[in-house]
Amino acid sequence: MGAAISARGLVKTFGPTRALDGLDLEVATGEVHGFLGPNGSGKSTTIRVLLGLLRADAGEVEVLGSDPWRDAADLHRRLAYVAGDVELWPTLSGGEIIDLLGRLRGGLDERRRAELLERFQLDPTKKARTYSKGNRQKVALVAALASDVELYLLDEPTSGLDPLMEIEFQRAIREVTGNGSTVLLSSHILGEVEELCDRVSIIRQGRTVERGTLQELRHLTRTAVVAELSAQPAGFAELAGVHDLQIDGSTVRFSVDSVDLAPVLEHLARSGVRSLTSSPPTLEELFLRHYDASSSDGSS
Amino acid sequence: MIHLTGTGPLARLVLRRDRVRLAVWVGAIALLTYTQVAGLKGLYPDRQSLAEAGQLVQDNAAFIAMAGPPVALDTLGGRTAFEISAFGMVLAALMNLFLVTRHLRGDEEAGRAELLRSTVVGRHASITAVLATALLADAVLGGLLFAVLIGTGLPAGGSAALAAGIAGVGLLFAGMAAVSSQVTEGTRAASGIAGVALAVSFVLRAIGDVGDGRLSWLSPLGWGQALRPYGGERWWVLALMAAALVALIWSAYRINSHRDLGAGIVPPRAGPARAEPGLLSPTGLAVRLHRGALAGWTLALLLAGVAYGSISGDVEDFVGDNETIADIMAQAGGDLVESFLSTTALVLAMIATAYSVQATLRMRSEEQAGRAEPVLAGALSRWRWAGSHLQVVVAGTLVVLAAAGLGTGVTYGLIDGDAGHVPRLLAASLVHAPAALVVVGVTVALYGFVPRFAVAGWALVAALFVMGFFGDILSLPEWFLELSPFHHVPSLPAEDVAVLPLVLLSVLAAALIGLGLAGLRRRDLQT
Repeated sequence: MGAAISARGLVKTFGPTRALDGLDLEVATGEVHGFLGPNGSGKSTTIRVLLGLLRADAGEVEVLGSDPWRDAADLHRRLAYVAGDVELWPTLSGGEIIDLLGRLRGGLDERRRAELLERFQLDPTKKARTYSKGNRQKVALVAALASDVELYLLDEPTSGLDPLMEIEFQRAIREVTGNGSTVLLSSHILGEVEELCDRVSIIRQGRTVERGTLQELRHLTRTAVVAELSAQPAGFAELAGVHDLQIDGSTVRFSVDSVDLAPVLEHLARSGVRSLTSSPPTLEELFLRHYDASSSDGSS
Repeated sequence: MIHLTGTGPLARLVLRRDRVRLAVWVGAIALLTYTQVAGLKGLYPDRQSLAEAGQLVQDNAAFIAMAGPPVALDTLGGRTAFEISAFGMVLAALMNLFLVTRHLRGDEEAGRAELLRSTVVGRHASITAVLATALLADAVLGGLLFAVLIGTGLPAGGSAALAAGIAGVGLLFAGMAAVSSQVTEGTRAASGIAGVALAVSFVLRAIGDVGDGRLSWLSPLGWGQALRPYGGERWWVLALMAAALVALIWSAYRINSHRDLGAGIVPPRAGPARAEPGLLSPTGLAVRLHRGALAGWTLALLLAGVAYGSISGDVEDFVGDNETIADIMAQAGGDLVESFLSTTALVLAMIATAYSVQATLRMRSEEQAGRAEPVLAGALSRWRWAGSHLQVVVAGTLVVLAAAGLGTGVTYGLIDGDAGHVPRLLAASLVHAPAALVVVGVTVALYGFVPRFAVAGWALVAALFVMGFFGDILSLPEWFLELSPFHHVPSLPAEDVAVLPLVLLSVLAAALIGLGLAGLRRRDLQT
């Protein structure tokens, strides 16, 4: 499978600010790719570069096989974009805006438009001025998801949606990927990412710091272990991958790098385990670890 | 009084946000006044020359319609008041109007007012804070104007009346805008209503001043001039202005205490569930976005044309047997009415150019508001997007100019009983289109390369206005006046059509627009 998006070494500066600092991004055709990073890490800038709205100062970028800066108009026929903070024309109705954006993109699937309006419970006759944040978001989502395109660029598309609408959104994304489309999903909603994404890229300060499947990334984190032993705990500090060791009588608490789990478990077995609780790494920990610059040296 | 809690900090916020803007407005009005007085002093060194010049203006309906009633024109003060009061009052009114709508309705529309009102801030705090800021700005403006005027040696009484008139009219329009901000939900509409009120005031006083003066009493601008600075001041007019101001502010507070935050008096209507086919193209969207403003400007210029056209029949009566004017007209080789109509066409064309600049800057506001982004994420190039707006700008400029020419032509044709005036005056107005489009071109070029300076298009319109009508008084050098594109437009109907300058101006306009589009293609989209 070819790459729907391929960006290497993207650099974009705004005056003294280096928004993108050698960012790499590979999104394979047909996958839902999670695009994660703390606020201000360059996610929206990247997406605008992918759209050809901004020109990268350095680096190479290819979207669906073409250069987004040079071929913006033709390329946009094949993709749909939803911003995280949708601004609409206050005097136009939601229905008019959906039709307009659909047409500007090259056409809407009528049946799908009607179905999505129903599913997202959006009243298309209201003027955009009167929509709440969530409803403005729905207008942009319906316009994007009702067009039959190869690539969806979604920049925190569900901000402001209620949980029911969030579920509808996830269903709709599965439908479009079921038809072979590719999705780049920037999001802070971890449940959404876990539910939808095949692979993720995590960026920080304009650089890609981690990428792979969630499965692979989990391996980079630690499992928390609490064990009660029959004897005084000994020898744990010498084991590779053990961190934050606390010994309280016969109880031992520590966290262990997932890759070093096997030898640690053997040591526990030899020490005579009476009880054992181990908590797998949560997504939150995974993200926190990558978002927080101070923990990037791995010593905490 | 509980409703006023938080007024102080809010007023400081308004001042903080607008300190540069207000300083520029106030400074520009004061500077313009100073240069005018200095220019007039140089132009008319003694009473004799003032009296002669006054004689000319005294009977010229075009000047009176533009400037105001001729009062004490044989004194430097009277001449100064005649030259600057209308222009100064309009500028002061615009300063106040924008200040108030931006902070009252603009903040509500953007949702910032909600954030503020969720804190310990009373219902009337923001309107009071904004009006207090307007009062402060107008007080500073009045004080500065007074200082400038007496600084040039003009009598204190008249200077106080002139300064008070300008600042007072400004304040009246702050009140007007406070009311219009209560009525509609949109900022644009709120400024629009107050702007129409200003235009109507101007037209009422123009007709009134040329006629028997009664209509001028219906206009705030007329009141400002009814103070008669340097010509036996009528101070009681200030009481009239104060009463009107109190009435306006009372209405604004009244509505404010009964309405919901964010709502106007006019409730929003539902829109269509589907877009009409006409909307579904970049041009369709552009037409939709521009049509409200275009309709407003078209109507305004049509009415202004009607107003000027209705006066033009009387121009000859003004001259009577004034030999001086007859001589001058004979020298110029034109007929008095025709030269009046040419001047009218130029005035209206410059107002039409203000429309063109506003419409051009719509691209900038679409981009800044983030609404260009979803459109440009569709399958269209930036050329096509900007082109769709510029199509409307060019067509709109022609429409607005045609409305002005039609208004003048039809009314004058009816008065004179000659339908031939309609095509002649239509042509006299439309002939300015290439010059107006050069201004559009400069604005587009700025927008393409340095978008944050695109608003300088407004400054250009103001500068061209000053160059066109005050160039002689300010004794600006001829080569400088020739920089104005309007300088090269043949003054129909007094002069004959000259094709070459029109072609050159059109080519220049097209080149500037092309340059701007090339710049837009190369730069980042700003959000």
